[in-house]
Amino acid sequence: MNYQVEFQDVNVSYGSDIALQNINLQIPKNEIFGIIGPANAGKTTFLKAINRTLEFIHNAKTKGDILFNGTNVRSIRNVYELRRKVGVVFPLPVGLPMSIFENVAYAPRRSGIHDKYELEELVQRCLQQAMLWDEVKDRLHMLGTKLSGGQQQRLTIARALSHSPDVLCLDEFSIAIDPVTTMKIEDVLSELKDEMTIILVTNLVQQARRLADQTAFFNKSELVEYGPTEKLFTSPDNQLTYDYVTGDFG
Amino acid sequence: MSNELKNPFAATNQERQARKKEKLIQLSTQFITWLLVIPVVAIIIFLVYKSWPALSVEFVTENPKVRMTAGGIWAPLIGTFFLVLVSLLIAAPIGILAGVYLNEFARDNWLTRFINLAVVNLAGVPSIVHGLFGLGAFVYFLGMDRCLLAASCTVAVMTLPVIITSTKEALASVPMSFRVACWNMGATKWQTIRTIVLPNSISGILTGVILQVARAAGETAPILFTGAMISSRVADSGWDAWVPYGLEDRFMALSYHLYIISTQWQNVPESFKFGTAAVMIGLVIAVNSISIGFRIYLRSRKKW
Repeated sequence: MNYQVEFQDVNVSYGSDIALQNINLQIPKNEIFGIIGPANAGKTTFLKAINRTLEFIHNAKTKGDILFNGTNVRSIRNVYELRRKVGVVFPLPVGLPMSIFENVAYAPRRSGIHDKYELEELVQRCLQQAMLWDEVKDRLHMLGTKLSGGQQQRLTIARALSHSPDVLCLDEFSIAIDPVTTMKIEDVLSELKDEMTIILVTNLVQQARRLADQTAFFNKSELVEYGPTEKLFTSPDNQLTYDYVTGDFG
Repeated sequence: MSNELKNPFAATNQERQARKKEKLIQLSTQFITWLLVIPVVAIIIFLVYKSWPALSVEFVTENPKVRMTAGGIWAPLIGTFFLVLVSLLIAAPIGILAGVYLNEFARDNWLTRFINLAVVNLAGVPSIVHGLFGLGAFVYFLGMDRCLLAASCTVAVMTLPVIITSTKEALASVPMSFRVACWNMGATKWQTIRTIVLPNSISGILTGVILQVARAAGETAPILFTGAMISSRVADSGWDAWVPYGLEDRFMALSYHLYIISTQWQNVPESFKFGTAAVMIGLVIAVNSISIGFRIYLRSRKKW
């Protein structure tokens, strides 16, 4: 079986700090893959390793192989294409200092789409998928940074979708969004699953349980275990996992 | 106990003292800040008062005549204009590119730290040393001879470190999260700089460059040995009055002119000396006002 993302003995360290240790896991295509775990467990580092944005942290070192769609990411020469195939949404919303339209059209423009109608259609589709279209359709020329926090986060999601990624990584996307919008976006994610693989890092254990097909539990730079979500939440192999999902952790 | 019941917000002794100290510190810092304005206002009033007999449109537009005892200051004024123009045409692109490299591309290693140290030290070099350096490097070694180009290069070297530093600061004020967001969408570093970083820092960069205009116009030492001349025949009207000096010509400059008529020349009316100084200060104030206006404009359209 061809996996979307595969980690083989991956170690990541920042100088003398170890961020990920001996990670081995496979993420199948068209699945929602949940990642849970306490702070400092290496969840964000895991996402950054996939699209090689770890390279921007100058003392970060990666060992082992990460396969994206069967290709070792280390061997990819056009790293920008890899990054376009991975959409990332960070915990804190970042509206770029340009209009809402340009925010979403940014990545498509960089990859060579300049046709006005094509861009308009694409922007509308992404904003609709991110549940933002109805709120901004009459003011697309407004600055993205002037939106509210929750709206900016949905703008960020629209941007991540704008370069038609194969994998959508969401890093605790719901921190800055109200519960109603969160539920709407969760519905969207379930639909998007048909088009792409979704990696969902979340602090809300129940969010992983609601959405994820498989869930992984990270703790202290290590992958404790992963497997079908229902199994992880009801009868995990590891006591630590059980304590964490039932709230007895620590 | 009963007192506290009456007024729960009554100040204790310690709080009263803290409030007194607060007041004292505020008033003394305020007083010292106001004192700072006195020299500036005094200098301007003094200059205008002393130069009043000479100040007129003709003083600015006419060339020095009769061994500088009559006429005006057009020749040195236009010379200073070209000195500033050429030196900034050299320094601004180099400084901005270096600032972009240092802030956006350079890794934090010993070489980068060494370059940063060199920039800081270059900013601290006295201007007369820059003048001697210019004499050795541009006039003799590169064989430019004393001319507008050599003097402009010298002034450019002098203004470079500040332009580099202000560029770096302007770039650093653009939040890192913008860059990260772009990189994650597959934008290259240069695409990110061109589309996000530069458009949002260009006003700050230009403010830094404009502030160097005042410095380039005011310094005498760097042009003393590299191209300034005491007196030059400049046409009174027409094209030659506007472009009197070529890059390979020696030229007159306001700061040097002021130095000459104040110390080396006999029988120059006192109002001429103060008039030259007043025009120079006026230029500096005008340029700084432009830069302040720029900054206000920049703040009003801040995008985040």
